[in-house]
Amino acid sequence: MERMLQYTEAIREAADQEMERDESVLVFGLDVDDPKAIQGTAKGLLSKFGAERVFGTPLSEDAMTGAAIGMALAGLRPIHVHIRMDFLMLAMNQLVNVAAKSRYMFGGKVSIPMVVRSMIGKSWGQGAQHSQGLYSFFMHVPGLKVAAPTTPYDAKGCLIAAIRDDNPVMYVEHRILHFQKGPVPEALYTVPPGKARITAKGTDVTLVGISYMQVECLRAHHYLAETGIGAEVIDPIWLNPLDIETIVESVRKTGRLFVVDNGWTTCGASAEIAAQVVEALQGVRDIRVKRMGFASVTCPTTPPLEDLYYPNARTIAAAAHSMVNGASKEWMPEERKDLQSIEFKGPF
Amino acid sequence: MYEKFYRSLYRIRRVEERIAEVYPTDKIKSPVHLSIGQEAVSVGVCEALRPDDVVFGTYRSHALFLAKGGNLKAMIAELYGKATGAARGKGGSMHLIDLEAGVLGTSAVVGTTIPNAVGYAYAIKYRRENRLVVSFLGDGGTDEGVFQESLNFAALKKLPIIFICENNGYAIHTHQRLRHPALNICERARVVGMPAERIEDNDTIRIFERVKNAVDLIANGAIGPHFLECMTYRWKEHVGPNEDYQLGYRSKDEAEPWIRNDQVIKIGALLGEKEKRAIEDAVDAEIADAFACADADPFPEESELFTDVFK
Repeated sequence: MERMLQYTEAIREAADQEMERDESVLVFGLDVDDPKAIQGTAKGLLSKFGAERVFGTPLSEDAMTGAAIGMALAGLRPIHVHIRMDFLMLAMNQLVNVAAKSRYMFGGKVSIPMVVRSMIGKSWGQGAQHSQGLYSFFMHVPGLKVAAPTTPYDAKGCLIAAIRDDNPVMYVEHRILHFQKGPVPEALYTVPPGKARITAKGTDVTLVGISYMQVECLRAHHYLAETGIGAEVIDPIWLNPLDIETIVESVRKTGRLFVVDNGWTTCGASAEIAAQVVEALQGVRDIRVKRMGFASVTCPTTPPLEDLYYPNARTIAAAAHSMVNGASKEWMPEERKDLQSIEFKGPF
Repeated sequence: MYEKFYRSLYRIRRVEERIAEVYPTDKIKSPVHLSIGQEAVSVGVCEALRPDDVVFGTYRSHALFLAKGGNLKAMIAELYGKATGAARGKGGSMHLIDLEAGVLGTSAVVGTTIPNAVGYAYAIKYRRENRLVVSFLGDGGTDEGVFQESLNFAALKKLPIIFICENNGYAIHTHQRLRHPALNICERARVVGMPAERIEDNDTIRIFERVKNAVDLIANGAIGPHFLECMTYRWKEHVGPNEDYQLGYRSKDEAEPWIRNDQVIKIGALLGEKEKRAIEDAVDAEIADAFACADADPFPEESELFTDVFK
């Protein structure tokens, strides 16, 4: 029987196993050593590996990111943890000007093997500065890799791949995904950069769901099935390097690309994916393209407005339905309780 | 000892002067922030270090690079944008590196290498190695928030690191008086419990002695980080090969005492004429060779544009 783990436990296990395997791996960040241990993702690491390898930091995102780079220059493999992606804005100089560029601007003489874990929040009024999915900032910059795993399986495999990567990796976690359970092998394995996964088969429309929006896309897949529409759902897993070929091949078949992002659409991951698919298929095949993401506003806290701010399975399904059947045939599925919780079943 | 000091001081001065001479030819396609006038800090500090100690620097690091033993040919080739450069022609004057000499990299964004140096020191301590890091920063760097964050963490973890603040008085054209309510940079180190002292006179030997003292203390495990503010003066413009007294933000009168205290002349005067001349001849020949090589060396292949984004 497959072993089921929660997403947070998959992260914890990946760090634990890698730290056991490799003494150069360290974990630090605000509160990694407190009793909550970052939703449990660092639980037990302090007692097992000691305070030199697992430590909470001063509230100094800028300097601690710079320190992580310095450690990496010295051959360590730091994992720097941020409980909110929003706080990475305090570390942008080090991430963009140093981590991303050091290898290139020093002519290949150094490498920066570091992992930056950061979390995206949603709901319960977390609001403007606790909710942003800003990974497209990092996709923009040559020299940074970006992973946004959705499943517990990928959470473990991507983290191990990120730790072993000789380059800086931005590892993006959605707080709602933290509660997901799914099959996770105990043995070490990697989910390597640059390979997307088709998570549901279909021939009518290609749904690309990023991070938590992958879950909403899988729900939308079920809603759409009610109307006879086959949605192929793709999880990019890694946003840089991006496996555009898998997406292009799917759109070549379906003729319709619908990217649902866990961020704003303007200059976002959805814009990049759409542009690359159009570049690949223009003149080859007639395609239709649609994007959905956060509303182009600051995230509000009151529930009625917050609900409108985010795409959800029903709004995604309705938009996909319009793409396939035309906007004149408006349709919005009834809420289905059985789709509220989608567990990840594999196989992977 | 004085021979070594003089060789290093003279070498840096002549390299910088040669860069200034060549600059109008446009063979150097890179902004240059010359170290002329500030050589004593790099030389005094680096002469006190051991070969496996490492340094992190600022965009004004020609002196640091050379004083720490960085490869001169690779430096000049880098300025010329050649494939033989320290960063294969892809970094330029502001991004010098020589891993074998322990020059871990310099940065164009002010204050940026301070936490990198701190992280490197953390790794040294973690591995129980008996060596240390020197973080060079300017007085401008102390304006940045990351400066205080970095000092705090270095002190908290008692890291083997020496911070050298090269205070030349100006952040580009703005004097420290216009940026700080009080001229007390050392206090910012003391507030986190770090021993700190100011060396007022740009004296190579005094800087050497104070750094040597700190190196010995750290090597013996007596203290963690140490902070030195070295008052110095930039003779040339902020960036480029010329003087800039005509701009009016500073006066030649202000520069005069520093120029009278020229360390190249003062340390040179401690040597005999014959040995001084021998050093100068050897250095002049080395520099001529380095510039000739840089001129003759090839540019990187076009394919180099896409290499080394990732490892």
